[in-house]
Amino acid sequence: MAKKLIHVTVNGQSHEVAVEPRLLLIHFLREQLNLTGAHIGCETSHCGACTVDLDGQSVKSCTHLAVQCDGSSITTVEGLAQNGVLHAVQEGFYQEHGLQCGFCTPGMLVRAQRLLQENPNPTEDEIRQGMSGNLCRCTGYQNIVKAVQYAAKKLSQAAAAAA
Amino acid sequence: MTPDMTPPDMTRDLDGRSLPHESARLHVMGAAHYTDDIPEIQGTLYAAMGVSSQAHAVIEAMNLEAVKSFPGVVAVLTAQDIAGENNHGSILHDDPILAKDLVQFIGQPIFAVIATSTDSARKAARLGDIKYQNLPPVLSPHDAHAQKSYVVPPMRLRRGDVAEKLAAAPHKLSGTFSVGGQEQFYLEGQISYALPRENQSLHVYCSTQHPTEMQMLIAHMLGWPQHRVTVEVRRMGGGFGGKETQSAQFACIAALAAHHTGRPVKLRLDRDDDMMITGKRHCFYYDYSVGFDETGLIQALKLEMILRAGYSADLSGPVATRAICHVDNAYYLSDVDLAAFCAKTNTQSNTAFRGFGGPQGAMAIEYIIDDIARHLGIDPLDVRHRNFYGKNAGAKNAGQGRDTTPYGQTVTDNIIHDLVERLQQSSDYRRRRVLINDYNKNSKFLRKGIALTPCKFGISFNVVHLNQAGALVHVYGDGTVLVNHGGTEMGQGLHTKICQIVAAELGITPDRVRVTATVTDKVPNTSATAASTGADLNGKAAQDAAAQIRGRLLPVAAAMLGCAESEVVFANNRVQGGGKSIGFNDLVAKAYMARVQLWSDGFYATPGLHWDAASMTGKPFFYFCYGAAVSEVTVDTLTGEWRLDRVDILHDVGRSLNPAIDRGQIEGAFIQGLGWLTTEQLVWNDKGRLMTHAPSTYKIPASHDCPPVFNVALYEADNAADTIGRSKAVGEPPILLSFSVFFAIRDALAGLAAGKGSSPPLNAPASCEEIFRVANGFKAV
Repeated sequence: MAKKLIHVTVNGQSHEVAVEPRLLLIHFLREQLNLTGAHIGCETSHCGACTVDLDGQSVKSCTHLAVQCDGSSITTVEGLAQNGVLHAVQEGFYQEHGLQCGFCTPGMLVRAQRLLQENPNPTEDEIRQGMSGNLCRCTGYQNIVKAVQYAAKKLSQAAAAAA
Repeated sequence: MTPDMTPPDMTRDLDGRSLPHESARLHVMGAAHYTDDIPEIQGTLYAAMGVSSQAHAVIEAMNLEAVKSFPGVVAVLTAQDIAGENNHGSILHDDPILAKDLVQFIGQPIFAVIATSTDSARKAARLGDIKYQNLPPVLSPHDAHAQKSYVVPPMRLRRGDVAEKLAAAPHKLSGTFSVGGQEQFYLEGQISYALPRENQSLHVYCSTQHPTEMQMLIAHMLGWPQHRVTVEVRRMGGGFGGKETQSAQFACIAALAAHHTGRPVKLRLDRDDDMMITGKRHCFYYDYSVGFDETGLIQALKLEMILRAGYSADLSGPVATRAICHVDNAYYLSDVDLAAFCAKTNTQSNTAFRGFGGPQGAMAIEYIIDDIARHLGIDPLDVRHRNFYGKNAGAKNAGQGRDTTPYGQTVTDNIIHDLVERLQQSSDYRRRRVLINDYNKNSKFLRKGIALTPCKFGISFNVVHLNQAGALVHVYGDGTVLVNHGGTEMGQGLHTKICQIVAAELGITPDRVRVTATVTDKVPNTSATAASTGADLNGKAAQDAAAQIRGRLLPVAAAMLGCAESEVVFANNRVQGGGKSIGFNDLVAKAYMARVQLWSDGFYATPGLHWDAASMTGKPFFYFCYGAAVSEVTVDTLTGEWRLDRVDILHDVGRSLNPAIDRGQIEGAFIQGLGWLTTEQLVWNDKGRLMTHAPSTYKIPASHDCPPVFNVALYEADNAADTIGRSKAVGEPPILLSFSVFFAIRDALAGLAAGKGSSPPLNAPASCEEIFRVANGFKAV
């Protein structure tokens, strides 16, 4: 099948790659860019383990084609930390025990950082609704909610300090 | 990249600290490698399975030409390509790796396609042209039972004289009910990656709870001695029992393909294939007669349980045994006649799932007690209290009172009275019961319900010889420590606890200890990480290894410090005595120069266990875990929809090794059990095809399904048994806490206000449809 040249920016790094039109974004990230943080869980967009940020929206990369991302900017879990400093959501999941097996964690983190940009001060219920597209089979979600709350607090404090 | 993290507080006592998961930093950076994340070797091939479309049929002919000629296909393997034993069954050898002449369920693997891409392999796998001669399938456990078709012989445990006691009892009830099965739904599906190595050997990365069994089965399949196969797992993306035996078929096929092609082969199942092929938690059907007095005290119980075993034995025998050993739950049952039938059906071969039959066994007595309470018109909690194991049970008066289980083990560590009393107080159960009754009197369509259910769960493998473990601890010249043990990490925090245990034993901080992948060429002959025993067994083994090294370091330290060995203290990365202090590293360096062995093996075998399978009696459990939960729900009787309003849990983990991990296990188990008993429903059609084989139709709990009030507390008490740090196992027992949700729903549907004799015929899962059915008096379909 004829390949198509796409330009994408992934975690701030620009890539120009020829891909088959049928290539899924998750396979592009994992196999061509060696970014294995996003995981393949259900391959049908239900579990959220493959969640990445695409031009400011959370998407399930298992049901998105790489060619659809031409010209786009993508953030994966590997791109959350900046200069060796963890993002607030990463710190939250670490400090609040927001993970057990960890398989869902990369998708949870990418979704959580977007949720907190959509709604910087979410209620617990808003967090639960906002994270409901990402399944976790281990934790019972209590500590995931606490982790997002931790991050929300930290980000709002940082925003207040900067203001 | 090493992010600037606040290091955990290293100044506190090492025991019982809520350290983050040992891989937490890797997980949040997306840098923790699961099997699919391991950088692939050049030339790696990919496998997929061709599966049966019939529930029960003879394979008359098989034309795989279209499969073989599909672009990218390198090899197609069938049963003919297996030189050794075509079996992945762990106990009975009745599980073909690839079906040869007979298929026994829809989804059973018949051939494996090996191709240059997963996409090619999966597409080609659909092109098999197989001619079947259909045989009549048995699709319901009841039909199998009627035909006396079982995967293992029926089992029965009797004590006392049930017939006589039933006849003499002032009250008697009979009934039937059922609980559904459950898909494990580990987020990381089944996967194996097999690499050919030199001199006719294989290294297999496998997401499994049981590396040793994978090694054995691969070796048997190839007709090889075991030492030519190495199986490795650093971590799993969840297991829940689903990777105890069920990982074997895929480990074997990846290994077979690597052996045949001479190239690395990865087999990662598509989620739908995973759910179509692998076994699940057994659904149970119950038929009971119980005799009791006017206070609800049970005098005799006759119970038959029919399990859906699926087409082969797998672990159904041990699951049924554990079910029988948990029918008592927290209650003394003087006269019992308990039977379990592992019905052979033409469906997936059901297997281990967190609790391993224990939850299904305990569910039975809770349901029966609920029926008794409703028959007598008294609060179910009072009937529960009435039947608890004797309050004064203890080693001193063992066997004197109501303290012997139906299988003959004396309960010497009973804390259920105090635990339930405390939870009843902290949850304000009695007052809320009154408020709920009042609410229901004035509410036409919305009804509230509440239930407090206890749990008691036996810890140890029922099979005595499995209760052993090994570990290796290495102290390197720079004072850093590496630990390897037979347990596997599936998210339960086992490696974190092992790290803490070894650090505590050597008096160093956990950051100096690294736990490495579980691999069969380091610690051999391991048991599955299962039955909640991971930390109990491997923790003791790792402690044993570390203690031996410490013992060897002791005389060196005493000489360096110029004090008696008894004065030497290992703590905070230092070794002190005689008023002096040296660094642990300096001690290690000195000991190395003095030619002291700085590594050790460790071993542990749980003492005092015995079990007679024929009579179903003995002492199968080292100790018991206890807990209780209160749940409150609101049910809409017009639609069957409902809400979990509040949950309160008090659970016993002994002296916790890591309270954060233990709380996480309790919360996770509760929510998983909530799914089992409410939203997760397995549906097979009339041809035997599983219709709920993806998350689109099979619903596990999501974040918004959890209760808005969720109070979880640990019951603070040392384990009476000599376990690692006096802790208790935590993996499985809290699954039972979710019973409280089911019985709160049943309570809402009955309402004590409705008076005596109102026992809603609710079955689990209590889906909205099931609740609607019961609320509106429809018959079960």
